[in-house]
Amino acid sequence: MTTLLSLLELFAIFFQIGLFTIGGGYAMIPMITDQVVGKGWLTLPQLIDFIAVSESTPGPFAVNIATFVGMETQGIPGAFFATLGVCLPSFLIILLISKFFYDRFVGNFYVQGALSGIRPAVVGLVASAALTVLLSAVFGGAKLSQGLGTVLAGFSLPNFGIMAVIFFISRLKKKMHPIVLIVIAAVLGIALNALLA
Amino acid sequence: MNAKPKINEYFTLFLTFLKIGAFTFGGGYAMIPLIQRETVENHKWISEEDMVNMIAIAESTPGVLAVNSATFVGYRVAGFWGSLWATVGVTLPSFLIICILSLFYRSFLSNQYVAWAFSGIRCAVVVLMFNAVRKLSKSCRLDLFHIVLGAAAFLLAALTGFDTVFIILGAGLIGIGYALWNKNRASGKAGE
Repeated sequence: MTTLLSLLELFAIFFQIGLFTIGGGYAMIPMITDQVVGKGWLTLPQLIDFIAVSESTPGPFAVNIATFVGMETQGIPGAFFATLGVCLPSFLIILLISKFFYDRFVGNFYVQGALSGIRPAVVGLVASAALTVLLSAVFGGAKLSQGLGTVLAGFSLPNFGIMAVIFFISRLKKKMHPIVLIVIAAVLGIALNALLA
Repeated sequence: MNAKPKINEYFTLFLTFLKIGAFTFGGGYAMIPLIQRETVENHKWISEEDMVNMIAIAESTPGVLAVNSATFVGYRVAGFWGSLWATVGVTLPSFLIICILSLFYRSFLSNQYVAWAFSGIRCAVVVLMFNAVRKLSKSCRLDLFHIVLGAAAFLLAALTGFDTVFIILGAGLIGIGYALWNKNRASGKAGE
């Protein structure tokens, strides 16, 4: 019974994530952080690690993260229900649009109005998620609410250095695939930690 | 029409989207070139114009871009069952790979070198996320109203525990209100 309830909960949470994310991919991260870390299914560092894993494995990020969280919490049935949940809203909505109002949808006044508000909000949300990831990766997981002193006390110079190097590489070679950046960061992480240990 | 070509069609849809799911890293927009090559150029299932409409619809509806496209193309080619087979095809590779991966994940992460590697990788994820912010911001009109809206969403999310669902719903409503206000103002000017 509790298993069934947890499966339904996984399904419901990922259905909600699928239903309220516009823009896909990284635009999903704020809501995933909210729900998955909020529920205690993954810790924030685990989630960040998985973002990197997901960049390095094929397929849509949403499906990857849903499968992973489902698998970690409830095994294969969990993976199935979470994946079903995250895909179902897209599937139903596109089916509905294809069937009934394909031509009218894109140009609709209200749809365009809502989107012109949602797009900048999504940018703001992803920026906030990026800040959370920054605090976790470079400031030892401190929160802004703990005050500036605590945040600065967690500052890690080696990690900041890695971030700066990756940033400059990504700016110099804009076409470089994220996987290459991840591999470079991994090598730097091992090298710096081995030197400092 | 007899039943046999239909079944072949489902199978081709399934295999094509299986390939798209298995060979795109990063998902989302990284998939568009491959989807275009397979569905427009190779199979001629949809036209170039359909492709543009599809991206517009996928961008303006919630959910997973890969699933949106698979459902759209599948429905165009072979109705409901076509959309179902295409969607199963595009999600199956991720599902299987992650299921297998997560079996080894914990022992993998407990390795000292792997842990060090991930402490570096997290710093790369920060950069990837700020790059995503920059790319996403290109889809917005950068006038004062939209900048303030984006900044407000950022502050609400960063400083309060406000639920992201409500931020998105609120932003949608504000967007509609702003569009209506602009429309009224324009028609008011036209009436003068």
